[in-house]
Order: sequence, then C-alpha cells, then structure tokens
Amino acid sequence: MNDPLLSIRDLTIHYEMEQSVVEAVNGMSFDVFEGEAVGLVGETGAGKTTTALGIMRLIQTPPGHIVQGSIRFMGEDLLQKSETQMRKIRGNQISMIFQDPMTSLNPVMTVGEQISEVIRLHNHLSRKEALRQAVDMLEMVGIPGSRYMEYPHQFSGGMKQRVVIAIALACKPKLLIADEPTTALDVTIQAQVLDMILKLQKELHTATILITHDLGVVAETCDKVGILYAGQIVEFSNLHEIYKNPLHPYTKGLFGSLPDISKKLTRLKPIKGLMPDPTALPNYCSFYDRCDHRTDACKQGEPPFVEATPGHWVRCKCLTGGETA
Amino acid sequence: MPKLMTPYAQKLAKNSKKAKQYEKTGPWIEAWRRLRRNRMAIAGLIILLVLIICSICPQLLTPYGPDEQNYSEAFQFPSLRHPFGTDNLGRDILGRIIYGARVSLVIGLISVALSLVIGGLLGAAAAFYGGKTDNVIMRVMDILIALPSFLLAIAIAAALGPGLMNVIFAIAFGGIPNYARVTRAAILTVKDLEYVEAARAIGAADRRIVFRHMIPNALAPIIVQATLGVAGAIISAAGLSFIGLGVQPPTPEWGSMLSSGKQYIRTNWNIVTFPGLTIMLTVFALNLLGDGLRDALDPKLKR
Repeated sequence: MNDPLLSIRDLTIHYEMEQSVVEAVNGMSFDVFEGEAVGLVGETGAGKTTTALGIMRLIQTPPGHIVQGSIRFMGEDLLQKSETQMRKIRGNQISMIFQDPMTSLNPVMTVGEQISEVIRLHNHLSRKEALRQAVDMLEMVGIPGSRYMEYPHQFSGGMKQRVVIAIALACKPKLLIADEPTTALDVTIQAQVLDMILKLQKELHTATILITHDLGVVAETCDKVGILYAGQIVEFSNLHEIYKNPLHPYTKGLFGSLPDISKKLTRLKPIKGLMPDPTALPNYCSFYDRCDHRTDACKQGEPPFVEATPGHWVRCKCLTGGETA
Repeated sequence: MPKLMTPYAQKLAKNSKKAKQYEKTGPWIEAWRRLRRNRMAIAGLIILLVLIICSICPQLLTPYGPDEQNYSEAFQFPSLRHPFGTDNLGRDILGRIIYGARVSLVIGLISVALSLVIGGLLGAAAAFYGGKTDNVIMRVMDILIALPSFLLAIAIAAALGPGLMNVIFAIAFGGIPNYARVTRAAILTVKDLEYVEAARAIGAADRRIVFRHMIPNALAPIIVQATLGVAGAIISAAGLSFIGLGVQPPTPEWGSMLSSGKQYIRTNWNIVTFPGLTIMLTVFALNLLGDGLRDALDPKLKR
C-alpha cells in the first residue's frame, strides 16, 4: 500500500489552565489514505474537535499546547511548519467545515465574496475570475449561481452549510475535516448535506475526516471508523469490522445503547457512569471504571494499542492478555 | 382558491410592479431602511445636510462676506436685510453663522476621525492580542479617561497655542480612550465567533481577519459613538474658542462669535443668541442621528 496522506502518531494535546491541565488528546495515532473517508466517533469531550483543530494547527495557545507527537501530511510534519507555511496549507490543502453553519459565515459579506476570498488567498487570480469560480462552486453544491451576491441571512440553514462546504472545497483540498457538519441541521437536511459531502468527496478525490457522535451518520458515509474515548482512539478499523465485530468494551457498549428497529425493547442499555475527568485521568485504562469486563490486569498501566486482526486496532488489555471478553 | 387580497397585499402588488426585479439587500442597506423609518433621525440628518451645504458653498447662501464690515449698520436687530441682525462691527450674523459651519464641521469631523483611527486601532489591537498588550493599552487609556477631556483639551490648546489644527489635535486627543474602549468591546464580541475561526481555517492572515472579518462586523457601535462624538467635538471646539484658546477671530467660528458678543448681551441679545442656537441645533441634530443609528444598527431591535 502507498503512504498515507495523513499520518498522526502519538498526538498529545493539553489545555493548560491556571488550576489544572486538561488532557484533551492523549497519544492519538491513526492514518488517513488518499480519497478515503474516516469517521471519528466519540461523546462530548472525547477530544474530537481538539484533534481536528490540532491537525489544522488552530489550537489557541494559550491555553492549548500540542505536547508531543507528529502530524505528517503528504510526508511533511505539520508541527514543524511555520505559521506562514501553515496559512498556505489551510483552506488550500486541508479544509475544515465547522459545526454551526449559522455562525460560520461572515454576516456582512456576500456568499460569493466569501467563496472567492479563499480562492484568491491561494491562487493568483483576478477578482472577476475568482468570482466566476465561486459561482461554479455554488452551482456544484446545488445553489443557483445567480445567488452569489446574496448575504448569509438570505439562506436557510442547510443552504448555509452547503455554502460552507463550497468554501471548504473551493481550492480542491487533499483533506477535508468536517467537524460535526450536520449536528445543527434537522434530519432531512442532514441526509442532503451528507450526500453532498460524499458526492463531492468522490468527485474531487478528497480524503475526509468526519467528526460526529452519530454512529448512523458514520455507517452511511465512512470507509474507516475510529472510536474516541477520553482523548484516545480505543478502536480503529474499517466500517464493516467495527459494526460487525466490535472488540473494545466501549464500542460494544455504544452499539448496545442504540435502539434496534428489529427487536422489541422497552429500555435501552446505556453505558453506566461518566467519562473520567480530563483534568485527572487515571494512569491505567481510562475506561476501567465503566467496564463490564475489567480485570486486575487492567489497573496495571495503560493498555497498548494493538492490531487484533489485520487492520483492526484496539486499545484493551483483555485482548493482549489472551482472554477475549 | 383565489389568492386573498388584503389591502396591504394589493399595495404590495402595486409597488412590486414598479420595483426592480432584483432588489439589493445587505446588512447596511437594511439598516438604512430602518433608519429611514425613524422620523427624528431623518430630521437630524436633514439639519446636518443643510449644514454641510452651508460649509460647501456659503457664498451662494448669503450675499455678505464673512469679514465684511459695515460700521453704519453695526448693532442692528433682526430685519429683512439682516435676518439675524448685525454685530458690533456691522457684520451680518447669519452670514457669519453660515460661513462658520465649515469651521465647526471640519473641526468636528476631523478630530473625531483622528481619535477614531488612533483609538480604534489601539482598541482593536488590545482586543485581538489580549493578555499583556490588552492590559498595557487599556491601562494607559484608563489614565487618559481619568483626566477630564475638556481640561485636557484646554491644556493641550494652551501649550500648542491657538489655531485650527491645534484645536483639532487638542480635541482629538481627549477622544482617543472612548473609541479605544468601544472598539475593544465590539471586537471582543466578534473575536470568538465561528466565522473568525473559519477565516483562520481558510488560511487568512491576522491583518486580513481583523480588517475584513472583525471590524466590519464590529462597526455598528463604533459608528454610533463617532456620530455622538462629532457633537461633543463641536461643543468642545466652541468652548475652546469661547475662552480664547480656539480658532481666532476674525475667522467666523460659532464659539468665538459667542465670545466676542458676550459684552453686548445686555443691549443686543441677537449677537450671542443666534450662534448659540446654531450650536445647540447642530448638536441636537447629531444626537438625534446618533440615537437613530443606534436603533437602526442594533440587531436586537430588528423586526
């Protein structure tokens, strides 16, 4: 197999507050290959957005610090880049879609101006030529190009998110990071927007990292899935493996807490307890307190991230210890 | 089912035939529409337009020159020939007021522009960089704000000597902290919004983010403050002239007209009354406009 487009190794990001250190991302490692869609799933505070901002090098410092690790993009370490070099990459080779389309567009600029802004930032084009491309991008996301001189408040939520997508894809980036792109939209629009992202991703051959807490969305769109828990990837594999053969107790718990349309259930089975406080993570498995399959061995240091079956990585002691839970 | 035609719907249908196919909109155009509905603000705007016309072409509006003396017609009360009467040197008071509009408006606008640019940049820098930069800039501004601004203007005007540019500078200096504070507050409210982060995510540099994305969105309170500031600057300029530190006679300036007329106040009321009323009216108009702008630009009042 060829080299991955994006290769994250041992990425650790802390927010250093006055009283405490929030360990948002702890030793995260995963690869994204060209043209593939990777879903990152996790509950609130699992470090999803921090990972995304880390890849873009948009973590606010202070309080955020990338403590260690490497982010290799097209063979180069993004963490070694200067701010000027990063600016040339952002929006051009790596783009990001934000969660809330209502607030991620500038209210006093027309959508055409906003799309052509990113085009002009990264290409030497005349204003007119950039605007023409911006109109093309609008058409591409299914908005009549004649609306380029309208302002964001004249669009509905779903259309705004499509404008945001148009901005993100305007420079045909290699990698698109979509941070909960559908959370703020209602379900019918969600499906439209997801289809749109998928279609364009195939068309432009853009790799995508889709961040969400919705397992259904991931099932519809992604090739590979990473399950995040307390700033770590606890399980990473292709879509089919994760859904058919989840290995980590947390992943199993997640699927256990989903309603199943074919079975008659009166109550869902939630995972008991809460995620550990990110300012005081244990030095052993962070899922220990909530795990149904815990053993004494689990309290002896961090579980390693191992390849249980080819391409299926799990961070759990019960797999390395030989006994499968 | 036929469409229900209420009187309002009929009126709309009639108007839409006349309206252009594509009507331009945007936040500023909508603010203008809201402002247009505010009668008081429009009244203020009209008074200001009259003053602006006065300052552009005074010679078309009065037959008398600003310094034209006529001792045979000194100390006249209002008449058809001299609607506001004449002063101790026989100069037409209405004519001098019309010529004085230019001086007052120039002082008001330029001094506000000056303090707006300096204060605005300082405030924007304070809000954008935060931390130590913010602290240093804003503490200096606090020191400035602790000094009464008119006293500061008197001190500066006294030190620099009278003259138009010195008056402008003296007034502008006292205004800086106000604009710094307003700008800083406005920038802080837009700083953490998602579209600023989105601008960063498309690779925009700091300067671009501040000038293209932050300031245009933070402009509303700054415009209001500046409009009200022009009124304050005109009053300060008149005040400085009145105590002899501002624009010097014979330049027609409302404050200095008051000052030179004050010794005749017992016998010839018109010499001081009309310049005073003009100052009042100007400031009133600016305040009306400023209030109207505040309502028009406040998104919370949008209907």
